[in-house]
Amino acid sequence: MREAAARALAFDLAGALKDAGLVAGIVVLLTIALVGFRTQDASGGAALSYRFEDVFAVAALAFLGRLAVALLRAHRPRPVLGASVLFALALTALLLHGAETRLLPFASAPFNWTIAIAAWTLSARAAWLLWHSASELSAEARDALMDRIGARVQRSAGFLGPLLLVAAVTLPFLPWADRRLLDIATLVLTYILLGWGLNIVVGLAGLLDLGYVAFYAVGAYSYALLALYFDLGFWTCLPLAGILAAFAGILLGFPVLRLRGDYLAIVTLGFGEIIRIILLNWYEFTRGPDGLSGIPRPTFFGLPITRTPPEDGHSFHSFFGLEYSPIDRVIFLYYLALALALITNFVTLRIRKLPVGRAWEALREDEIACRSLGVHPRNTKLTAFALGAMFGGFGGSFFATRQGFVSPESFTFLESAIILAIVVLGGMGSQIGVVLAAILLIGLPEVFRELNQYRMLAFGMAMVAIMVWRPRGLLAHRDPTVRLSDHGPPR
Amino acid sequence: MNPLLSVEHLTMRFGGLVAVDDVSFDAPARRITAIIGPNGAGKTTLFNCLTGFYSPSAGRMTLRHPARGEFLLERMEAYAIPAKAGVARTFQNIRLFPGMSLLENLLVAQHNVLMRASGYTVGALLGMGRYAQAERRAVDRARYWLERVRLVDRADANAGNLPYGDQRRLEIVRAMCAEPVLLCLDEPAAGLNPRESAELNELLAFIRDEHRVTLLLIEHDMSVVMSISDHVVVLDYGRKISEGTPAAVRSDAAVIRAYLGEEDEAAPGRP
Amino acid sequence: MGYFLQQLINGLTLGMIYGLIAIGYTMVYGIIGMINFAHGEIFMIGAFIAFITFVVLGLVGIGWVPLALLIVLLATMLLTSVYGWALERVAYRPLRHSPRLAALITAIGMSIFLQNYVQLLQGARVKPLQPVITGGMRFLEGGEFAVTFSFLQMLIIFVTLGLMAGFTLIIHRTALGRAQRACQQDLGMASLVGIDVDRTIALTFVLGATLASVAGLMFLLNYGVIDFYIGFLAGIKAFTAAVLGGIGSVPGAMLGGLLIGLIEAFWSAYFSVEYKDVAVFAILILVLIFRPTGLLGRPDVEKV
Repeated sequence: MREAAARALAFDLAGALKDAGLVAGIVVLLTIALVGFRTQDASGGAALSYRFEDVFAVAALAFLGRLAVALLRAHRPRPVLGASVLFALALTALLLHGAETRLLPFASAPFNWTIAIAAWTLSARAAWLLWHSASELSAEARDALMDRIGARVQRSAGFLGPLLLVAAVTLPFLPWADRRLLDIATLVLTYILLGWGLNIVVGLAGLLDLGYVAFYAVGAYSYALLALYFDLGFWTCLPLAGILAAFAGILLGFPVLRLRGDYLAIVTLGFGEIIRIILLNWYEFTRGPDGLSGIPRPTFFGLPITRTPPEDGHSFHSFFGLEYSPIDRVIFLYYLALALALITNFVTLRIRKLPVGRAWEALREDEIACRSLGVHPRNTKLTAFALGAMFGGFGGSFFATRQGFVSPESFTFLESAIILAIVVLGGMGSQIGVVLAAILLIGLPEVFRELNQYRMLAFGMAMVAIMVWRPRGLLAHRDPTVRLSDHGPPR
Repeated sequence: MNPLLSVEHLTMRFGGLVAVDDVSFDAPARRITAIIGPNGAGKTTLFNCLTGFYSPSAGRMTLRHPARGEFLLERMEAYAIPAKAGVARTFQNIRLFPGMSLLENLLVAQHNVLMRASGYTVGALLGMGRYAQAERRAVDRARYWLERVRLVDRADANAGNLPYGDQRRLEIVRAMCAEPVLLCLDEPAAGLNPRESAELNELLAFIRDEHRVTLLLIEHDMSVVMSISDHVVVLDYGRKISEGTPAAVRSDAAVIRAYLGEEDEAAPGRP
Repeated sequence: MGYFLQQLINGLTLGMIYGLIAIGYTMVYGIIGMINFAHGEIFMIGAFIAFITFVVLGLVGIGWVPLALLIVLLATMLLTSVYGWALERVAYRPLRHSPRLAALITAIGMSIFLQNYVQLLQGARVKPLQPVITGGMRFLEGGEFAVTFSFLQMLIIFVTLGLMAGFTLIIHRTALGRAQRACQQDLGMASLVGIDVDRTIALTFVLGATLASVAGLMFLLNYGVIDFYIGFLAGIKAFTAAVLGGIGSVPGAMLGGLLIGLIEAFWSAYFSVEYKDVAVFAILILVLIFRPTGLLGRPDVEKV
């Protein structure tokens, strides 16, 4: 206790107040126009509503928050703990009660909840500080700690991976697995597939691709056109669409892969947009904004999953002597997505141990050193790009066949950004990380439908927060792909 | 005996600045040639031209590979030079792959051999067997070099965590894993203490004698240069001012002037 | 002939707007070597703040156009510049020494965040504004196509040229400008000789945001309608302009902006309006592949 008191640094109250006041002032300037005034979507056009109470509340919260941080830095957790716990309790109680009187004027419930969570987090931090009297972790110590956590997670991936796999395989047969859950799970699997594909490009090879949606689109439209005009089955169209997407990857990659990071990002963004605009306007080929519909559903090696078998053959159920249930098609799609994802994972894990995979990672670390060792940068990058594109194409094909319909509005830059967010937040290069990130970023908002509006806002904020806090991603620990001990004593 | 490397009239201009000015010299085969000179003399620029990172403004660099014939380095891309001509290098500021292990670093150096053995990936993915053998051989080669520099117990550690001296040694043996006939080292002794410098000398002599590799060094550390090099080239302001044995170069008046400066003659009318 | 002149005028006006935004990109890239991906959103926020100020002025009853314009201009510049400052402080400064990938991801995150922030607060639909400045001069009325040079277009060109002149003055005559050029050359050295690097960078962002906000106001006046997505497209085009002119060069940004504006106007007039954006993107890709230093940029030799 005496130690804690001795460690408490001299606290400059006046300075802290002035600093907090400055922050509050800046917040007022930031929010006065856009938060204080709301231009309602009214028919009159110039309707305006005022919400100055929001501005005031945000500024007040900023003031208090900044003051709290200053107090914590000076090792005075007690006042912070007391105030924040009180505030958090009051806010949470009122929110849960759905009361008429509200502590904060904000209209949006998720925002209020976010404030509540922030208050609880602050309390926890203050409590930690009080109990441990530990100084704030320096950046290196934080990194080292996260690295150890990341290492432990990565090691537990040894059993976490199989566990998730078992869960995924048995999901449709669990008692609470209804259609909605399966739909969400299939959506998450699609994004996992896409995330793993982009992971090869961004995570392993370090090529910042902001136009990944282009390959997704090429896969989807190729599949649709092949299935509609050439009447080919799923199992023929899928690899063809993948190859076409890979080809697109090579075409797009060839001229641009030697560009530096930032420039490559913008150029790939441009490509993504170009593809979308072409899809939107080339009516003769792609039906433009109307899109292509009537895409046939996948079959189980030729056996359709329908209630009644076709005239000249069996359906899946008639062949196996099973009773048809409408959910069976959903289950089939789910397993299809799972199979595609697992293939992607298998190929990726295998390639990481091969020279080309190692070359990808080496290129990411230091391209100049790679050139000095005889690694051909452009060809190596092209393989990453093409392989990632192929998996994107698979994702697109699956999307096309699942929806039965494709249109350009599914392939905006936003999709690229979402997939990138999944890869980045998961810790670039980490397969498990992508799974967790997809579950978090796609699954969660689907389950809590009310959050859908705020999903992108949260994405953006999460991307910024995680990059600032931990620039290498959440689970960016890396184990070497080959160990000396694997190969025994020398011959 | 033909020199392994012949540089003829090499010139490198950056806009108005002439970094390397009509430099010609030979690097005798299986000998250690040192390139020395004051800072800014153009030594690293010369290296960058040799290894394909800069495209020289003029001149020719001929490499006579004992098994593969002659190569004109000024026409080759940086990644082709180690692969075809057998020239490997290290960097002034050490360029390891910090997030990868020591073993992985050394395996990347054997990339092309391993790529061929893996059937350019497709073969290995489809399960065809020759890759495992090739990888084993590559690991053995890596192990051999790691043992030479006593880093083998840390083979699976991250290269970025190595202390400075170890990183320098690792970079050298990584270059050796690329099986070069010419090894270019940019200030390999920078930042090493006397004991480490002596060990470096041993390593370089070992490479020259046991592996019959020709070495080209940029160095400032005169103890290394004088004790180990067979041949010395001196640059100053981009020009070659002397070439010969260490003893000859050390007593060359032009070299002394370049390093120590001139006696101030009568300086009339200084502004 | 008339048609051609009209496109010329339209293109120049558009180019002024792009040029103002492009300067922000090029300044930031020159000083900290990163693409401020969220800069387009700053432009969008400027447009929104201008819009809101106009509506407020309308409701309060200030109708005299020059006064209203002045108030809107000042309010927009002031309030948007704070966003520029906050963006740098919150998202970029902590990552100044991190790998470039991290900074780019953060920038994208901020861009997404700001877009949705505005969308949630102000609604997703487009915001129309009653025309503020009307009228103009007409030429070639007898010919096949009468050319209109509106007062608004004149104002845009005039104000932009004035701002660019003032800005060039700042860069070349003031201490801030010198500090900025020093930081652009060598950040480490600049701090060693006593330049407050943090402040210089922050001011760079603020200046860029101010110019972008004026562009936002111009955009609002010119098109009469805005939505939360305009930043994305304008941002990419302005970035293309910066690259075309030579990234890091302010005169290059102005030149690039003009060229992109003209190209866009002429392409949509003479070829196809649907693919005008494709034309601009294609230029970006071609420039980066074949002449990455742009028209007025300096070649960048990588130190090995």
